Amino acid sequence: MKMITTGSETKIKLSFSSRLFYVICYTFITLMALICLIPFIVLISGSFTSENYIRFHGYSVLIHDFSTKAYGLIFKNPVMVLKAYGVSVGITLVGTFLGLILTTVTAYVLSRKDFKYRNVFSFFFYFTTLFNGGMVSTYIYYIQYLHLKDSIWALIFPGLFNVFYLLIMRSFVQALPYALVESAKIDGAGEFVILFRIILPLLKSGMATIGLFLALGYWNDWYNAMLYINTSDKYPLQYMLYNLLQQSQAIARIASQSGIVMADIPSNSLKMAMTVVATGPIILVYPFVQKYFVKGVTVGSVKG
Amino acid sequence: MGAFVKEVKKNKALFVMLAPAVIFVIIFAYLPMSGLVLAFKNYRYDRGVFGSDWNGVENFRFLFASGTGWLITKNTIVYNMMNLITSQALAIIIAVSITEIKKKLFKKISQSIVFLPYFISWVIVGTFVFAIFNYETGLINNLLKAAGRDPINFYGVPGVWKYIIMIFNAWKWSGYNSIIYIAAITGVDAEIYDAASIDGATIFQRIRYVTLPCIRPTLITMILLNVGRILRGDFEMFYQIVGNNGQLYNATDVIDTYVFRSLLQSSNIGMSAAAAFYQSVLCFIIIVTVNGIVKKIDCDYALF
Repeated sequence: MKMITTGSETKIKLSFSSRLFYVICYTFITLMALICLIPFIVLISGSFTSENYIRFHGYSVLIHDFSTKAYGLIFKNPVMVLKAYGVSVGITLVGTFLGLILTTVTAYVLSRKDFKYRNVFSFFFYFTTLFNGGMVSTYIYYIQYLHLKDSIWALIFPGLFNVFYLLIMRSFVQALPYALVESAKIDGAGEFVILFRIILPLLKSGMATIGLFLALGYWNDWYNAMLYINTSDKYPLQYMLYNLLQQSQAIARIASQSGIVMADIPSNSLKMAMTVVATGPIILVYPFVQKYFVKGVTVGSVKG
Repeated sequence: MGAFVKEVKKNKALFVMLAPAVIFVIIFAYLPMSGLVLAFKNYRYDRGVFGSDWNGVENFRFLFASGTGWLITKNTIVYNMMNLITSQALAIIIAVSITEIKKKLFKKISQSIVFLPYFISWVIVGTFVFAIFNYETGLINNLLKAAGRDPINFYGVPGVWKYIIMIFNAWKWSGYNSIIYIAAITGVDAEIYDAASIDGATIFQRIRYVTLPCIRPTLITMILLNVGRILRGDFEMFYQIVGNNGQLYNATDVIDTYVFRSLLQSSNIGMSAAAAFYQSVLCFIIIVTVNGIVKKIDCDYALF
């Protein structure tokens, strides 16, 4: 009798503490999700709010005084935006394709158990993450010795081969049964046939993962454009956006200092609209590609 | 050497597959390291890296005599420590909460939302910062004005930027890091949880005595990785959040932003090369030392 009482007592206590826990848990996660979303909402609202409203009341979470003037302005003269989109799409496609081949082939060789120097070469690659020339050496080397100033390749080379992705890819290859290689060899298949006919088709999910990481890196890159690109025709989307934001901030600063009213340029809503245009593709594909990134992060976190 | 030649002959195809990556890494990672000698030279473009005159430790003397060297080192370390603690702590809390949540849809959506900031370029985060904190139209000043309070000019208060940077760093990385911890938690043997609940552990006890100890290896790896980068500031983050606001430099300048400005804006190659050299070499020493110590204590936790 006594035992049953204690039992039911603990049960009530337990359910109270867990109920408390779940309330905290759900509240916390909802709050975090809101904090992650609010900047995006401010951005979208700002892009659809009239310039007059923003000038007097500032940016806000809700859309007030709906206006599509900012988007109208962007699409009325879309050449600049389209060019930048073209550059971004171009470097993303070329960079991802080349980077993916380089990463996959290298990862495959490094995971071959019968390749005697695999550890030596792994360290050869890994060492570059421990020690590097730094910004100054790299910059001067790119400009003076590789002559990459204002070249579109200056946007492609820096992100092409990432040792972290190499290690993730190696984990993907190592997850395949090694007997595949051995039996193909016994059947007399050459090394390239084994790689391209047997291994690569089985690595689809790994290649999708690394390809998406590479693509995201290229799409979001502005830093290399800032360092190396002078001609505005070659600006990728993010850097064009950055320039636009800087210019209009500079204009706004000068205007407010000298008392000029910039009545005709919807600069505040334009900034938000341009940002929406640049972020749009990522938000659109995000739900479909997210799982690959989760997979990549998970595989990458397992030490290998 | 003879063994190497023999191996090349045996695995000719594998060496051919490996060659592109090896050549790429030599060109784009190892050769630029030679540029580190610039730290000891008076660089002149017309003479190139190797033709320029040596000037001993003059560049370093300038960097540290002006006090800049110490300031940027201190800032870099303080920011990295703060960012490490906040983003990892938040990531762990998010991961524990998300794994405890039972409602599948809620779990999936909230996880997607907190991961979203990782996908956004720092340029766009820079727009968010502007939309939230600027003096005339910022969201916060908008709310302050609505509440009848005086607006704050954040760009004139260097002290608050430490926290703004910390918050945005946590905002961008917590979701990403939480995925690593979620992977670690879901990897925990379910039997341990069953045993804990049979023993009558409350939810809090279960988290304290089962979940947290199980993610300790992951946490240690994350701390190690970050300690190895303690002298590397996240250039993109600092540059996009702070921009060219000279008033904020004392509070927000890290080695990377300083190197960038001296290199491209004031063309002070010597000083920026000295700072970059000091950063690369010290980073390397720190990571090798820390890894060595960890290896001595517990081999499993070492990075390499």
